[in-house]
Amino acid sequence: MVKLNIRLTSGGTINQGQVTKSGGKSLPMYTKHVGSIFLDKDDFNKLQVFPMTPVKVRSEFNEVIVYAQISADGPHPGVGFIPRGPWCNLLVDPYTYSSGCPMFKDTPVTVEPADSHEKPLNMPELMKKYYIEKAA
Amino acid sequence: MAKELIKNVVCPFCGSACDDIEVEVEDGKILNVYNACSVGTATFFPQPGVKRFKKPLWREKKTDDFQEIEWETALDKAAEILTNAKRPLMFGWCETSCETMRMGTKVAELTQSIMDSQITHCHGPTFQAIQMVGEPTCTLGEIKNRADVVVYWGCNPLNGHPRHLSRYSSFPRGFFREEGRLGRKLIVVDPRYSDTAKAADHYYKVNLGEDYLLFNALRAVVNGVELEQEEIAGVKKEDIVNLAEMMKKAAFGIVFFGMGLTHSLGKSQNIAGAIQLVQLLNGPSKWSIMPLCGHYNVNGFAQVMSWTAGFPYSVDFCRGAPRYNPGEYTSIDMLQKGLIDAMFVISADPGSHMPQRAVEHMVKIPLIVSEMHPTSTTQLANLILPATVNGIEAAGTCYRMDGVPLHMTKVVDPPKGLFESDTVMMKKLYEKVLARQEED
Repeated sequence: MVKLNIRLTSGGTINQGQVTKSGGKSLPMYTKHVGSIFLDKDDFNKLQVFPMTPVKVRSEFNEVIVYAQISADGPHPGVGFIPRGPWCNLLVDPYTYSSGCPMFKDTPVTVEPADSHEKPLNMPELMKKYYIEKAA
Repeated sequence: MAKELIKNVVCPFCGSACDDIEVEVEDGKILNVYNACSVGTATFFPQPGVKRFKKPLWREKKTDDFQEIEWETALDKAAEILTNAKRPLMFGWCETSCETMRMGTKVAELTQSIMDSQITHCHGPTFQAIQMVGEPTCTLGEIKNRADVVVYWGCNPLNGHPRHLSRYSSFPRGFFREEGRLGRKLIVVDPRYSDTAKAADHYYKVNLGEDYLLFNALRAVVNGVELEQEEIAGVKKEDIVNLAEMMKKAAFGIVFFGMGLTHSLGKSQNIAGAIQLVQLLNGPSKWSIMPLCGHYNVNGFAQVMSWTAGFPYSVDFCRGAPRYNPGEYTSIDMLQKGLIDAMFVISADPGSHMPQRAVEHMVKIPLIVSEMHPTSTTQLANLILPATVNGIEAAGTCYRMDGVPLHMTKVVDPPKGLFESDTVMMKKLYEKVLARQEED
């Protein structure tokens, strides 16, 4: 199975802003807009999947299932973008280099197609699985 | 009741704080919002089906279900948690009014908390750079009337600050820029060909995390140095020389920058490099620099903390007198190291916006969250205090990204059962904490 080695970057998008500001973080649209990785077209094609197919993104710090989408901001080969939110922050390098600010813009990750039964969790499910159940 | 059109409303979304919003209201309900961008409009209209917290909620364990409780009990519990904690953190604030922040600072002083905001994980490195090398800046009005070269570096305002270009920087006609967009050059430097880059006259694709190299290359060219490499940070030598020439020839130039600089390797040094480039350009030309603040009152938090404690963010009141040391008292560092034993969050979502190591610690400690709607952070909370929306349901003061204070008007009443503003809620909490300490 194909596995991409890329650098993950994150940030705000207009869709993420609209859903967030209208209080919709528990709605499916938040998962769709924020639980997605936007890949360079050539990188995306290497995965041999359709847009909105679940993929597994793994960093040194965690792994998470998100939707794969083709970036409208390409070409940016070797760079993937997940909008700011709980999905990307499971993966980002938390080290702050004594600045108070983690490496939201540059974390090495791998991307591969997810198993057929796996799909992105919505926000409440994600917080429960990765944080509450883990701590219990 | 007749329809009423309320004019000059300040938008409670981004740091642009557009103050030309018009809101049509009937029977205490918002019918229409005019002039705002799509995200600003979304702030006034919650998604259908979204739950609004109207009564305080409590649960002893994070795995329990929430139970509704009375405000009196909720504030008692909040005061008890903050008073009993040895190292409490009070986080958020950038989407509240300056008055709420001031009251929050009083609570932080009483409880010897760390007082921190979203600045810590957005423009924290910017403040560190400003403390290192200063900040030649101006107001957005000056940019509108004068700027002929506008640079957006490591930011995408068409997504994050959708009206920024049309209201302040590129498109409007100004006193010395009667041609509007045609009289200005728009330059974007970013690793991705963002929506803002697509609207630009010149786009420079810098390699991810190599902005510092490009700033220094530009400084070298402005200083008259011949570059030895053919390409620096992914940008060709001739492009760097052309960009430096454009900057030198500007009548009035402005550099806006965002998270592309603060979130990548180099952090405060990236911004210091940008500021030093601007300082250098003030020899042959006239240039200013300004951080694009995400929330409408990021600047307000820095202002309030600066005049109350002397430092812009991450202020530690543990010893009684304020202390400031980024990397040590900053929220994410303190949480990751497991040093915080209680957390109060207001109008912020660190559950979504902090990295996993910090959020993992938030699950282990008592967590109080003041919020309107369900968020990742309310999923981890023990106590939820329903919030009033500043700028829509309550009046207050905010500081625009250029440091201009604006009065935010109230448009409609908050839902029944909520305080008239978050300032009142914080005042009640302050009184509870004070009473508890006097008893002890």
